[in-house]
Formats: sequence, C-alpha cells, structure tokens
Amino acid sequence: MRRIGIDVGGTNTDAVLIEEGKVVRAMKAPTSEDVTTGILASLKSLGSTGLLTGKKVDGVMIGTTHFINAVVQRRNLTKVAALRLGMPAAASLPPFCDWPEDLAALVCGGVWMVEGGHEYDGRPFMPLDEAAVTRAAQEMKAKGLKSVGISSIFSPLDPTHERRAAELITAVIPDAIITCSSDLGRIGLLERENAGLLNAALADLSRDTIAAFEDSIRESGIAAPLFITQNDGTVAEASQARRLPVYSFASGATNSMRGAAYLSGLQDAMVIDVGGTTTDVGQLKNGFPREANSVVKVGGVRTLFRMPDLLSIGLGGGSHVQLDPLKVGPLSVGYKLLKDGIAFGGKQLTTTDIAVASGLLELGDRAKVAHLDAATCKKVFDESARLAEEAIDRMKTEAGDIKLIAVGGGAFLIPDKMAGVSQVIHVEHGDCANAVGAAIAQVSGECDQIFKDLSRVEAISAAQGIANDRAVAAGAARATLSTIESEDMPLAYLPGNSVRVRVRVVGDVAGS
Amino acid sequence: MTARELTLDDIESLAVGAWVLGTGGGGNPYVPLLNMRALYKQGHRAHLIPASDLADDDLVAGAGGMGAPLVGAERLGDPYTIVRAVRTMEEHIKRKFTALMSVEIGGGNGVRPLMASALMKLPVVDSDPMGRAYPEGQMTSTAIGGLKPSPLALVDVRGLESVVHSTPNAKWTERVARKICVEYGSTAIMCAPPRTGAEIKKWGIHGTTTKAIAIGHAVREAQRRHEDAVAAILAVEPGVLLFKGKVIDVARRVTEGYLRGVLRLDGSDDFRGVSARIDFQNEWIIAYRDEQPLAMSPDLICVLDQVSGEAVGSETIRYGQRVTVIALPPPEIFLTPKGLDRVGPRAFGYDLDFRSVFSS
Repeated sequence: MRRIGIDVGGTNTDAVLIEEGKVVRAMKAPTSEDVTTGILASLKSLGSTGLLTGKKVDGVMIGTTHFINAVVQRRNLTKVAALRLGMPAAASLPPFCDWPEDLAALVCGGVWMVEGGHEYDGRPFMPLDEAAVTRAAQEMKAKGLKSVGISSIFSPLDPTHERRAAELITAVIPDAIITCSSDLGRIGLLERENAGLLNAALADLSRDTIAAFEDSIRESGIAAPLFITQNDGTVAEASQARRLPVYSFASGATNSMRGAAYLSGLQDAMVIDVGGTTTDVGQLKNGFPREANSVVKVGGVRTLFRMPDLLSIGLGGGSHVQLDPLKVGPLSVGYKLLKDGIAFGGKQLTTTDIAVASGLLELGDRAKVAHLDAATCKKVFDESARLAEEAIDRMKTEAGDIKLIAVGGGAFLIPDKMAGVSQVIHVEHGDCANAVGAAIAQVSGECDQIFKDLSRVEAISAAQGIANDRAVAAGAARATLSTIESEDMPLAYLPGNSVRVRVRVVGDVAGS
Repeated sequence: MTARELTLDDIESLAVGAWVLGTGGGGNPYVPLLNMRALYKQGHRAHLIPASDLADDDLVAGAGGMGAPLVGAERLGDPYTIVRAVRTMEEHIKRKFTALMSVEIGGGNGVRPLMASALMKLPVVDSDPMGRAYPEGQMTSTAIGGLKPSPLALVDVRGLESVVHSTPNAKWTERVARKICVEYGSTAIMCAPPRTGAEIKKWGIHGTTTKAIAIGHAVREAQRRHEDAVAAILAVEPGVLLFKGKVIDVARRVTEGYLRGVLRLDGSDDFRGVSARIDFQNEWIIAYRDEQPLAMSPDLICVLDQVSGEAVGSETIRYGQRVTVIALPPPEIFLTPKGLDRVGPRAFGYDLDFRSVFSS
C-alpha cells in the first residue's frame, strides 16, 4: 500500500508519502496563489527523490480547505437559481431567507417556488406543477443561470419531484449543473436546502479545482487515481467530490486530527494544530475528532453537516507580532511568510521571526532578527502559550489535566509545559499531520435502502451487513469497521412495515 | 391594558427558552423565530400583557400548531395561516377576539401567537395552559379546570378549514382534531376553544412567556461569555441535573400524528458506566437510569446540548450527540390528583405511580 497524502492549507502545501503504514518522506512547500503550482511542486520533488521509480502508487489523497474558504471569504462562487417545490407551504420563508445578506447577494441568482412536494407518509403534498418548473427554467435560462439548487418538501423520503424537476430543467438548459437536496439528505427543509444551495454555489470552483488537481498529478508523471478527503475522514473519488464539494468542507481539520492520532499512537487526547494563520483545537475520542453537536454554520449559513467540534483562534507561524503593546495575531502574513517575514527580508514581524531569533527554527537569515533579545522572544512565546492554553481550556469536556498532541507547521509555539496539560507530545512529521491524515484516510461503505417485513433491529442489522460488505469491497479491513451514522425512518404509507435505513461504516485501508 | 412591546432580542431569547420548556417536543421554535425576524424587518411588532390586565369579558384566542414536529421541519409555516385559524374561529362564533395566547409555551407554540399578534395588532397574554409542551389537547390546565372543550378550528396552508363544533370533553376534541390533523399531513394550525379573560385569570399558568425569555436569556448570555449554559439554566430555574451522556440509539415511529420512540444514552463524565433511556411521545415522557425510572411527566425532562445548553428535540436528536439531561419542576396544577390523571405516567400508558424528582 503506497499513498501520497497532500494537504493544501492557507499557508503551506504539505505532502507525505506513506508506504505500508510508514511515513517515508514528508515535504512542505508554500501554497501558491493558484493552489496547483504548490501541489505540482510537491509531487515533482517526491518524484525526483527516486522513491517512486518503478513503483505503483495506489492513490493521491488531497485534502483542501478550498471550498470552505470560498464560502467563508465569499469568492469564486457561482450564481445559483433556487427552485423549491412545496407551494403553498413555507411561502413566507423563501430560499436564502436565513443567509447572511452579503453571501445571499453574491450567490442568489433568483428564487422560484412552485407547487409540489410530499407528505411524511409519501402522499404528494401538491402535484408537481411541471408547467411552472419549465417556466422557471426558461427564466433561469434568460438570466444566464446554469447552476441550480432544487429542494422539495420531504424529498429525503421521496425524491421523485426533485428528479423530475431536474429533468425538466435539463430539457431547457442542457448544460445545467443541478444539485438535488435529497442527495444531501436529512429531514429539515431549510438546512437541507441551504446545503444544496452552497453545493450549487461551488459548482464552477469544484469543476476547476478537481480538474487542476488531476492535471497536476498527470503533469508530475505519477500515475495514480485522485481521491478527495471528506469531512468524516474518508475519501471520495474525484467524480463524486466534483458533484458534491460540500462533503469536503471540513476535511482539513479532520485530517490533521486523524494524522495526529496516527503519528502519536494515541486514541484519546486533545490536539492542537498550529498552522500559519490559525490554530485549531479539538478533541480526539477513539481516534476520531469529537463531532459538533449543534447545527453547524458554514460562512454564516445554517446546515446539518457533521463536522468536527473545533475551536479556531488567530494564532500561527505567520501571525503578526506587535511588541508594544504586546499582541500576537490574529492577522497573519499567510502564504507570503517566506517573503514578508523579517528573517526573509520582509517588513512584518511574525512568530516565525521570533522562533528564528531564539534559535528554535533554522530558516531565513538569523542576522536579520538579531536585534530581538531573549526577553522579548520569551514575552511573545508566553503570550502565544497563553492564547493556546485558553483555547485548550475551552475545549475540555472534563476537569483535570489532559494529554496534548501538538502538530502543524507552527507547533514550535507550543511549549512543553502548559497549564491544564499533563503532557505535551510533539511527534515526528507532526508539521505534516494533515497530509498524513489525508494519506491514511479511511474507506467507507454505505447502505441506504428500504427494508420490508423486518423488525427495526433486523432491518438495521441487514443494512449494517450490506454497508460492511461494501466497505470491505472498497478496500477496508473488516476488523477495523465501525458505524459512524445510523438512521432509520418508518414509511407508514408502504405496505408490510417498511422502514428506510441509512447506515454508514468506515474502516482503515487493508494492508496489501 | 399596559401592553409591552417585545424587542427582537426578547423574541430571540424566547425561542431558546421555549425550546428548553418544550421538553423534546413542541417543534423547534427556529422557524417561527425566522418568521418573526421577517415580520420585524417589515415593521410589524408583537405585544405582551400579563393575565392580570385582562378584563373579565375579554375574549382570548389560543393560536398555535399541532402535529408531528418532524412535519413542521419540512412544511415550515407562515404567519398568515395562523391569522386565518383565528379568523375562522371568529367567523364561527361571530365574535371578535381581544387578545391572543399560546396553546403551549414549550417549543414553536411559545412563539407562534406572536406571529399573529404582529399582524393582527392584538396583544399576547403572558400565560398558557401547559407551562411546557404536551402531545395532547386535554393535557392542559384549562381542561383540568373543566372549561368548555369546543369549538376548535383547524386550518391547513392549502385552504382547508375545519371546525370541531361541539364535543363532550377535551379528550374527544383531541381525538377528532387529531384525525383531521393526520389527514392534513400530521400538521395543522389551530385556534383553541375561545376563553374569557376571567377564565384565563383563573385557570391559566401565568408568566410563562416571561419565564421562557429569562431561560433563553440566561443560555444566550452564557454562550456569549463561553460559560456553562446548562449551569446558567439551573441558576435561573430550580432544576436538577439528571444525566450526562452520548446518544447510542434513537428508535422512532410516526403513528396517529405523533412521533413516538425510545432514546438510549451511554453515560459520560460523572455518569460513566451508567446507561439511560428516555421514552418519548413528541415530548420526553419518562427517563430511566439503568432501567429504573428516574424522572417522569409532569416533571419537565429537558435534553440539552452539552456545550450550547440549547434543547435537543426528539425529531432531530441523533446517534453520537452529547447531551445533558435536566429536570425542571412542573406547574402546581399538574401535581393535583386531577392533574396527574391527565399528565401523570398512566396518562401515557405506563403502570407507574408518579414520583417527582423534586419531592425528596
């Protein structure tokens, strides 16, 4: 088993080569403005080591914050036509009604609400108004809209109206890119619709990004399939990731926590991932990030995604340092660290400059930061540690000291002794933990189907068996399989005690 | 009347507090809150009055929703349908209402009368007949008081309007209304039997909107300061911590317009090694610790998000969630023999004598 894991962060692009469970090579390159140059550079330098000569690579797994950053920073978003099937219900709360105004203004290309949708028991709520859908499609076409988000009342139970509407739109706009809310699935019209609209807003970016990733791999001369890591620590094939980019939203954070668990051998600990711009603190439970409970807001939009429970603070290796009065972060030089930092001939004092001055890092030109004395450096380190301690304390779920795994390129900011921490663990290759997490991403198996004439317990168990078999077929080791989602919904309208069961299992990649 | 204009901030707090008092049911007030935000943006305002301000001959409309919260999360809901339920009743009784009231403070119905208040320019009385949420119409202080159980108006957004004209008791009203509600798709907007000011002053559970605002305010302040939000609730209400743990299973089924089922939890923190189970019929009805009854209706069983302190509903709670379970004391009237007849464990089909968490 040989995999390349790549994490494209805001500051650095990290790459690791893992063979038979061991990190063979790790490298770090600044993230390029076009993202792919950094990936290509990493892949090429991996290739130039000769480590890959004549060897088969099973996959290049890329984790990226590209999609979530686009939403958070409001850039590269596609105008979306929102079509909701469910009139006359919910008319006072149209699509985009609970979005932040700036984001809605960028993304909303128009809202159409027509009759349609289902009841909880499968009866139609209203017959689908096909003529109105076609009229809407013609208006979308006239406005030049191509990305469409369709939602329909109770579509997770019966997606037929959404699918029919998609056909009708495609008949008018043959190159339309359509997201049906039922593909993103749960009960809760607004949140499901929001997830669909966000997904539709990423249509162009996701097409371009995945194509660029594929080009980078091809150009590097490495013959391996591309996989994109997902929020839950598993991978998706490029084609699926292109269609449903929202599932890759939080994969960066998941990867770094999974990588930290892998490199340290610990299953339960706090993880602090100090990047260039931000520091994420999260808790590992049984080797997985603890999930956020409540409704997750992405860029201010309410969704039902399952995401790791993280606290992010503006502290990192590229954080601006102000000495009088003392202030560290939240501003950062980001990917311009090697240009704008004082040790690199720039003008902005950063935490990396302080680390160079105190001899912690050998980077840039130490002479350029010789004017920073030991007392000054200590003050900055103390302030950084205080910020980190505060974040760790807020993420604790129980009193008492905990073990802390410090990873990420800026982990030098985390001292060996901290308040509330029993032991600080720095691991080899910890600066590339997220790339390691991407490389070891798990394989999943899912079963989503209707079972008849079985008790609930029997139906869930049958679904679990199918999901397990699918995961194993996709390359998972059976002994490592665990269930991460299990949901069942009775379908009162179907004969014979029908229940729809959705089970998702994940497992580690089986050794070859 | 000294009507108080509610601020949007009051209503934001009300939504959080009403959800806690919803004890798992009543539907998430988020959608009614969104409607209120939209109404306030359009310049409409809702007003609140204490029951003591009612004249004896005032006429009060209880306006709200009934049905499975799961359906509400898909159909959402709008203010005009609530107004239509009230107007349908006015047409039926040929009298005009002078005030509105919540049919249950817990969940979305804690906010819904405000949606009508904003459009109809009628004040909402700071009282309700439940002090929490319950699945059935006869589980109310007004039914315990023997007030007239009919008429009841039910409307649907598709233009369906029904009135249950006359029934011998609240249980019958509930049975017939439930059938209509199921036909509508297990969700309906209702106008409860009209009440006089004198009846509300005598039988209402008072100050509940204000109480929900206070609970919500405490939670939101704690969130803002990154303090323990569950502790903040227990600081403003005389509640008891029952359990902390993680959801390991949710079995639910929709029958007769209710969401029924069983929630299972594995203990964490001080409850490690202990398991808990909570049975629900829309609302959390009975909590067991290691299969021994721990708390039961009418004590309020509230399942809260461990971190945010916000309530978690029976229709959305899911595998893996970390929750804290607390109990809050019930309204006095439910502890009377007549009250326990209607909302004690036997009313939900459990052969158990009521024992309060608060009676020791």
